[in-house]
Amino acid sequence: MKLKTFPGGLHPPDNKEWSAHKAIETCPLPAELVIPLAQHIGAPAELCVAKGDLVKKGQVIGTAKGFVSVPVHSSTSGEVTAVEPRPHASGRNLPAVVIRPDGEDAWVEGINGADPETLSPDAIRERIRAAGIVGMGGATFPAHVKLTPPENKPIHTLVINGVECEPYLTADHRLMLEETERVLDGIAILKRVLGVERALVGIEANKPDAIQVMTKACVGKGIEVVPLAVKYPQGAEKQLILALTGREVPSGGLPMDVGVVVQNVGTAAAVSDAVRRGLPLIERIATITGPGVTTPKNLRVRVGTPLSHLVAFCGGLKGDPAKIIMGGPMMGATQLSLEVPATRGTSGLLLFREGEIPLAPEGPCIRCGRCVRVCPARIMPTTIAAYARLDLISEAEGFGAMDCIECGCCTYTCPAALPLVQAIRYGKGAILAKRRKV
Amino acid sequence: MEKQLYLSSSPHIHSGETTDKVMRAVIYSLLPACAVAVYFFGLAALSVLLICTLGSVAAEAVCQRLMGKAPTLGDGSAALTGILLALNLPPSSPWWLALIGSAVAIGVGKQVYGGLGYNPFNPALVARVVLLISFPVQMTTWTAPAPLGSGIDAVTSATPLGEMKTAVMLTGQIPAALQGPYGDYFTGNMAGSLGEVSAAALLLGGLFLLARRIITWHIPVSYLGTVVVLGSLFWLLDPARYPGPLFHLLTGGLLLGAFFMATDMVTSPITGRGMLLFGFGCGLITVLIRLFGGYPEGVSFAILLMNAVTPLIDRFTKPKKFGFVAPQPG
Repeated sequence: MKLKTFPGGLHPPDNKEWSAHKAIETCPLPAELVIPLAQHIGAPAELCVAKGDLVKKGQVIGTAKGFVSVPVHSSTSGEVTAVEPRPHASGRNLPAVVIRPDGEDAWVEGINGADPETLSPDAIRERIRAAGIVGMGGATFPAHVKLTPPENKPIHTLVINGVECEPYLTADHRLMLEETERVLDGIAILKRVLGVERALVGIEANKPDAIQVMTKACVGKGIEVVPLAVKYPQGAEKQLILALTGREVPSGGLPMDVGVVVQNVGTAAAVSDAVRRGLPLIERIATITGPGVTTPKNLRVRVGTPLSHLVAFCGGLKGDPAKIIMGGPMMGATQLSLEVPATRGTSGLLLFREGEIPLAPEGPCIRCGRCVRVCPARIMPTTIAAYARLDLISEAEGFGAMDCIECGCCTYTCPAALPLVQAIRYGKGAILAKRRKV
Repeated sequence: MEKQLYLSSSPHIHSGETTDKVMRAVIYSLLPACAVAVYFFGLAALSVLLICTLGSVAAEAVCQRLMGKAPTLGDGSAALTGILLALNLPPSSPWWLALIGSAVAIGVGKQVYGGLGYNPFNPALVARVVLLISFPVQMTTWTAPAPLGSGIDAVTSATPLGEMKTAVMLTGQIPAALQGPYGDYFTGNMAGSLGEVSAAALLLGGLFLLARRIITWHIPVSYLGTVVVLGSLFWLLDPARYPGPLFHLLTGGLLLGAFFMATDMVTSPITGRGMLLFGFGCGLITVLIRLFGGYPEGVSFAILLMNAVTPLIDRFTKPKKFGFVAPQPG
């Protein structure tokens, strides 16, 4: 049978075998948790504790500021030892609450679960917002916003993203395999919030065990598991919707324009915790891997755990790291140090050593057309990149720069080692700056 | 001191494909054609190949030296141009012809535009056409194949396409003898330029390029398809005057052109639809020149003319982007 997919894309060596068979382990608490107030797209949370305060596990330490924002919670019980700018995954130093765990790991009072069947969609949405749930595939967009579509955009399908097409990462894979019920419960709750009958779970065919377990568990629940072709970026939101529903989200539009809401499997599991058990989002599954890690593992990680602590729990460094990547190798962000903490959006940590990083000098474009063939947005990367580098911003825009999803396929495949997606990113920034000025 | 960390924006891995590897793969794909050329045309062919290759590499080095640019001989593109030029020359080409061709290909065809990636026209074909116009005698003197060890001396002969053109102009008929030896046309046992004679060797190389994903099917299929369809149409109209599709395919430089020259990445479109259009144009012009033009062969001119419109084709065939919404009228 031909698997569903989207046009374009490619399949880099995925190296998932390093960690795919490793059961999830719980990473012990570090000596110090650093919990940033900015862990999501939108306004950062507003600080509501002070140095010296004693906080409990699950206690709100930052309140949501506006609709597109979520509260931030303490990941354990202990003392707030500092409130100050600390290294952040963005590369900047951003305000963070530093907590010294007291070892009790005692929950804050008032944690109470509820039977989702007895809750109204609005009550469920409020629980999801209060639990601080964001898109856990890495985009960290507040989940309750996506679950509140405007009335003129009826939703008919819930798409659950279990694709995990980034090489190396296996966190979602293990989650689906080991905590199937949590994921399915979350999907059922999301269906209830949106009032949809149809739920599709897309999983790349390179996870046959997860597909099998999920398919079996979904029988009779109105949830359909769809195996998808093994191709990056199958898990990109719009490409996933196209593969599963055959519909293309219009250029510049959102999934709700085609009646779809997409959530990641990790987000679904967090929704189950938030609604059924009343738990805020203070931990997640992340894959710690790469040639620079002694024993690659899938870990249950408390939000705020320094990356160095995660590496230590995986047997420590193997050689000197030359590149620290939060997320996968195709779209992850390089880090300035291992002092950066893991956050709600940390799907993985990838360490490369010297000699394992592409450093070839760029050459002239030989117009081979590979970037055009692999581009899932179906734009002409080399043309746009050339315009962007000449600061011909209107031309770059005219060729569809804003439709670039920044998957990186073009740069990956370019024989001339041109920084294509990087140039397009620059162009997009310039276009946005120009639009703001007008 | 602590080790330095690399910071860069994603992606952080690469396919490992490089321009050098691409160029080398194309060179490998031409080796069967080179071998057949040496087999049928002996040392003459070998010397043309060597002079063109070394001449092109030298020309590249000299140009870059003169322009104060860093040398890029390692990318293999100059050597590739040299080999392609040699394959487009008659085996009897004198040494100076090959040298002038090399200088023109690299100097006028490539470096004046800024080097690899910037030339609008296929450099080897620019050189071939310059030579054809400047030295028509040397460029249209062909030798009959004399397989290695056969002891036959090189004798002058006409190419099948040339013979056909002359006969049709004089008598209005294609000689029956021309439409018979398809086996020889396939192996390469006929007069012609070094690289065009053996369909077998060219197909082998072409399939390698397709399998190695250096080229895509678009240009060869649309180019050859157009020639077959148009050739067949005329042939059906008047089989006495116009040759059949197999004759079109196996004689002249069509296969060399369709697999190795028209597919030159720098000078052909980058979009799939653009490649199809490009191949169609090449096929159309080739057939028109072969059947109605002054020259017996039209592959070089066809490809060069289509090279000229490549930027336009790219614009015209811009892919419809994901989620494209047609602008609302009014």
